[in-house]
Amino acid sequence: MSFAWAKQYEPQSAFTKWIDEKLPLPRLVYNAVGAGYPVPRNLNYMWNFGVLAGFFLVVQIVTGVVLAMHYAANGLVAFATVEHIMRDVNYGWMLRYAHANGASFFFIVIYMHIFRGFFYSSYKAPREMIWLLGVVIFLLMMATAFMGYVLPWGQMSFWGAQVITGLFGAIPLVGEPIQVWILGGYAPDNAALNRFFSLHFLLPFVIAGVVILHIWALHIPGSSNPTGVEVKQESDTVPFHPYYTAKDGFGLGVVLILFAAMVFFLPNALGHPDNYIEANPLSTPAHIVPEWYFWPFYAILRAFTGDLTIPFTGIVLVPAKLLGVIAMFGSILLWFILPWLDKSPVRSGHYRPLFRKFFWFGLIPTMAVLFYCGGAPAEEPYVVLSQVATAYYFLHFLVVLPIISQIEVPKPLPFSITEAVLGKDKTAEAPRAGSVDGGDTGTAPEGSLQPAE
Amino acid sequence: MTIRLGGIIAGLAITAVLVLWSLLPGAYNYAFGPAPEKQPSYAFYEHGHGPEGGFAFDGVFGKWDVAQLQRGYQVYKEVCKSCHSLKYVAFRDLQQLGYTEAEVQAEAASWTIPFKDPTTGETAEAPGKPTDYFPPVYYAGQGVPPDLSLITKARHDGPNYVYDLMLGYGEPDPAKAAKVGFEVPDGLYFNKHFPNVNIAMPAPLSDGQVTYADGAPNTTKDMAKDVAAFLTWTAEPKLVERRQTGWFVLGFLLFATSLAFLSYKQIWAGLKPKKK
Repeated sequence: MSFAWAKQYEPQSAFTKWIDEKLPLPRLVYNAVGAGYPVPRNLNYMWNFGVLAGFFLVVQIVTGVVLAMHYAANGLVAFATVEHIMRDVNYGWMLRYAHANGASFFFIVIYMHIFRGFFYSSYKAPREMIWLLGVVIFLLMMATAFMGYVLPWGQMSFWGAQVITGLFGAIPLVGEPIQVWILGGYAPDNAALNRFFSLHFLLPFVIAGVVILHIWALHIPGSSNPTGVEVKQESDTVPFHPYYTAKDGFGLGVVLILFAAMVFFLPNALGHPDNYIEANPLSTPAHIVPEWYFWPFYAILRAFTGDLTIPFTGIVLVPAKLLGVIAMFGSILLWFILPWLDKSPVRSGHYRPLFRKFFWFGLIPTMAVLFYCGGAPAEEPYVVLSQVATAYYFLHFLVVLPIISQIEVPKPLPFSITEAVLGKDKTAEAPRAGSVDGGDTGTAPEGSLQPAE
Repeated sequence: MTIRLGGIIAGLAITAVLVLWSLLPGAYNYAFGPAPEKQPSYAFYEHGHGPEGGFAFDGVFGKWDVAQLQRGYQVYKEVCKSCHSLKYVAFRDLQQLGYTEAEVQAEAASWTIPFKDPTTGETAEAPGKPTDYFPPVYYAGQGVPPDLSLITKARHDGPNYVYDLMLGYGEPDPAKAAKVGFEVPDGLYFNKHFPNVNIAMPAPLSDGQVTYADGAPNTTKDMAKDVAAFLTWTAEPKLVERRQTGWFVLGFLLFATSLAFLSYKQIWAGLKPKKK
């Protein structure tokens, strides 16, 4: 699954030849993230975030597995074992702060990765499956992060669990039994804490599995690029290694500097002080807020303040809480049909003048408002603001995108990635004349313009 | 086409429900409805600013002032201890405050630790050992005074919060109180730096209350600052170690990232568009 000009793995020593015959794992790595994977030569820094997300998944698994060695999922001692980690375990404070801030950084890089996808329409054919698997990964991440936040068994852990499982209570008829089934009781307690710990340990490995599918699906059409023009010839690509391993190495360094600054100097800046108070079912915090990465969706949940009634009769068709739950889950689930909502044949936002306006002046400010309102208390003017932003959020994806993809006149695209980078592409002047920029691949057959598999 | 049409219809429907049933009634209420009621006590809350000159551990290069932590421990022992426990701190941890092993042993032995006799099941008491944790406190009054081990992390801007709280006691401005009909409820005390200004804890510190072993000044402000510093240490004993590790890690990362940047430039140099 690669372009015809991709470099082939050639084992050098007797040992690597033997391995290659028995289990060609080095060959797999070489073709996946080595010199055997040709990648468009024009990727900008927005294409760093996939590798960074993979890196933070590994950080979370490694720190999490070690933390689990010192933690006990029991309501009586869970809070104390976290303090034991912070005070008595060698470098336990570093592990825990790296894990807590690692979750935040995982979400930061994932949000960058997703919004890269929005702007450059990475979800469009032939990459729909990569996008769909990505949305699955994001949903799994949200579940994992939520359950992880319950484990320290602080006040926000407890009340967050109460509120989020309460969302299932909004389902008509079966809501309350489902909530009781999920929690293993009428309120979060040992049963909930234990199963959340179990699932919090399991789900990252499920995520890792879906990540493998995500990368597999990526290698069928190959990486997208900022022009949105598909790879046509060898001069459009460079091998992943060393070109993008070097670039990703630099990007990783920059993000690690920011990460270290948070872990060592501001480790609690993204957390809530109330979570350093042990869970107390008899004392409700003044403001129950989720972790920052859920704020936009929390704002959508709380935007629905009025029941859907038949006017002047008082008959409630759908209660406000259920509307909010539907909207919150819907706001993410609609990403699943995004490839079929946006039918513009042009991928990159750079060549879509109308789309670009709605992206920068519509979607991005909307997300900023939702983010801010989700962390603010449920009072005016935040409620009205989050309602306006929620309305635009749905209009943007469900109404604006389908319509502008129909009426927009895109700017002319470059002939090829090579032309976009060098300003000139010989193949464009004399198509199929048997010579491409770079010279030595003039004999590439026409079929090689498409991925070989 | 079906998906797009369905999307447009669903999008318009959800927006209509949101705007007509939630946004418009809410906005109307916000604009013309009664202003939300605020408790009169909020008019008296004042945000504190912490001690003048800040703490020794403030800032990215801050360090513990060990003598201050020892004084703060003395304030805890002579004042706070009567109501507040410190259950996540062990006596052995006091060695980090500059006490010797023998001093820690003597200090632990001066506390009595309750335990359940395993042979009889009776509750008994024994002198503390360095491995023991600070004992629980049985508070006779109403309510539960919070454990103080983590208090500076369990409040926004914790060290300054504790300092300000110690000094926020007083009487509400009588003219203002009469105007909004505010009275301090029975059994509570007025503290302008407490979120709802009515606190169950009476003013714990007064000038000269604790005579420091090192003879340092002991005004209320001094003691408040010392005990706030001590409680910062109990909440985050690894604070200074963490920052020192952080400088080392950042230095390494800056060096490694510079190398990564140079190799990135080197590797890509051949691919740059050539000037003709």
